[in-house]
Amino acid sequence: METEKMKSQRIHRMIASTVSFIILVSCAIVFLAPIVIVVMNSFKKKVFLRAGMAFDLVTKESFYGWKNYINGAKRVEMFTAVKWSLIITVCAVVVIVLFTSMTAWYLTRVKSKITSIIFYSFVFSMIVPFQMVMFPMASLADMLGLNTPFGLIVMYVGFGAGQCVFMFGGFVKAIPFDVEEAAMIDGCNPIQTFFRVVAPMLKPTMITIAILETMWVWNDYLLPYLILPRTGKIKTIPIAIDACSGSHGVTELGWLMAMLVIAIIPIILFYLLCQKHIIKGVAAGAVKG
Amino acid sequence: MNSKSLKKYFPIFVLPTLIAFIIAFVIPFIMGIYLSFCKFNTIRDATFVGIKNYVYILTKDENFINALLRTTKFTIISVILINVGAFALALLLTKKIPGTNIFRTIFFMPNLIGGLVLGFIWKEILNTVFLKTTGRPMTYTGADYGFWGLLVVMCWQLMGYMMIIYIAGIQNIPEDVLEAAKIDGATPFQILYKITIPLVMPSVTICLFLTISNSFKLYDQNYALNGISPKTNLVALDIYNTFYNGSSPYSEGRAQAKAVIFFLIVACITFAQLRLTRSKEVES
Repeated sequence: METEKMKSQRIHRMIASTVSFIILVSCAIVFLAPIVIVVMNSFKKKVFLRAGMAFDLVTKESFYGWKNYINGAKRVEMFTAVKWSLIITVCAVVVIVLFTSMTAWYLTRVKSKITSIIFYSFVFSMIVPFQMVMFPMASLADMLGLNTPFGLIVMYVGFGAGQCVFMFGGFVKAIPFDVEEAAMIDGCNPIQTFFRVVAPMLKPTMITIAILETMWVWNDYLLPYLILPRTGKIKTIPIAIDACSGSHGVTELGWLMAMLVIAIIPIILFYLLCQKHIIKGVAAGAVKG
Repeated sequence: MNSKSLKKYFPIFVLPTLIAFIIAFVIPFIMGIYLSFCKFNTIRDATFVGIKNYVYILTKDENFINALLRTTKFTIISVILINVGAFALALLLTKKIPGTNIFRTIFFMPNLIGGLVLGFIWKEILNTVFLKTTGRPMTYTGADYGFWGLLVVMCWQLMGYMMIIYIAGIQNIPEDVLEAAKIDGATPFQILYKITIPLVMPSVTICLFLTISNSFKLYDQNYALNGISPKTNLVALDIYNTFYNGSSPYSEGRAQAKAVIFFLIVACITFAQLRLTRSKEVES
């Protein structure tokens, strides 16, 4: 009797896990399908990309080779865009992590009216949506001559400071004060103390913040679009993608598909390389932010 | 004594960030509030007009009111769909099924792709789906195809993110509580309603607010998928459109006033979140 019951329970569990597995596989297919379809369409000739033909498989007749990639990349200067996206993202993230961690340490350790006003201004900026400051910010950048990649990085530091100082601040509070004090007594000045003692302890938080900021800066469209001159050579990937989307006169669906694939590849590589850090970082960022 | 010797280092530790913050945020924010009471084309030619802009956008500007209503509706539906879906996926992925890690990787991936790229990826796909099922393209104005399409994109993007948070929450439930319930003869549904859901409430609060603020502030996906059109604009895109494509000499001022109202709504949502999470922390 007992064994009968256990047997039926086991069968029951097996059915349940098979059903779950099938559901998960179908969900995974739905999640991957859009990417597969875009890759497929990036190899089609123009006439095979008319409305309603997105799901047709590539045939010998519709296959266009790498032409969409070559022509599209030339037209919207995709590789210049990839280069600038890389430069801007790397510089902005390095500067953000360095500056905001230093600022957060100072603001947490030095207690005065001024430091708490500064700290709470940073926190306040986190709840302000971009559209609120968009127009004056872009005008100001123009007036100050900050409509350059350097200016863009300044804007990223300024607009990203809120979340980063807040998150770093939370972790600085958890660092034992004695260690810093010991370093100071041993003759370290504050700069040495920060880089030799505090920064190594903040490393996990730095990785989390670097990942969150990388995802933000790399994918950001509106800020570089508003700050960088429209006619200039300097553009980021989202701006290049937008340029071949048809909203600015050029409608070549094949090019758009090819450029989308080029835009996704670095992201997927980044994801596969630091998957663990990314998932952890994003979850941590969600809890703190 | 420590903080005294540190104090002198303000220019090195704080000033660089602070200058960037003042240029990128403080000045634009203060100017933004002032400009919402002005008529202007550039920030140099602003003339004060009082609350005229606010009166206009709240009483006469149909596009803005419609965008607000549309955004609210969008937020409500997307919050429900995303959280139910994400929670279901999280439940399935905490059942020790083979391949859990691969599934998690796949479901989370759309999150890394930027909103603009996401929108363009889906545009042709959804267009084909609508053409094949209804015979009309997504841009057909007789129905809300664009709106529903945007919901699909949003679910595709955010479900994996929320799933990660729910998985962390479910894994935090102590094993012995579940064991005890099973021994006492609780059915899987009773376990779900009486144990799992109450114990992951902190994750639910986080996810609810993340989805609310993400949906409410949505811009890139809306722009890429639907283009700029009063039929499909959410608030953020409507504000942008009023700023840069407005036809009236008052457009910029009105857009800035819309932005202030948008900010106030977002601020209210955030404060509600803070109060709720604070009170939850006290309870537990």
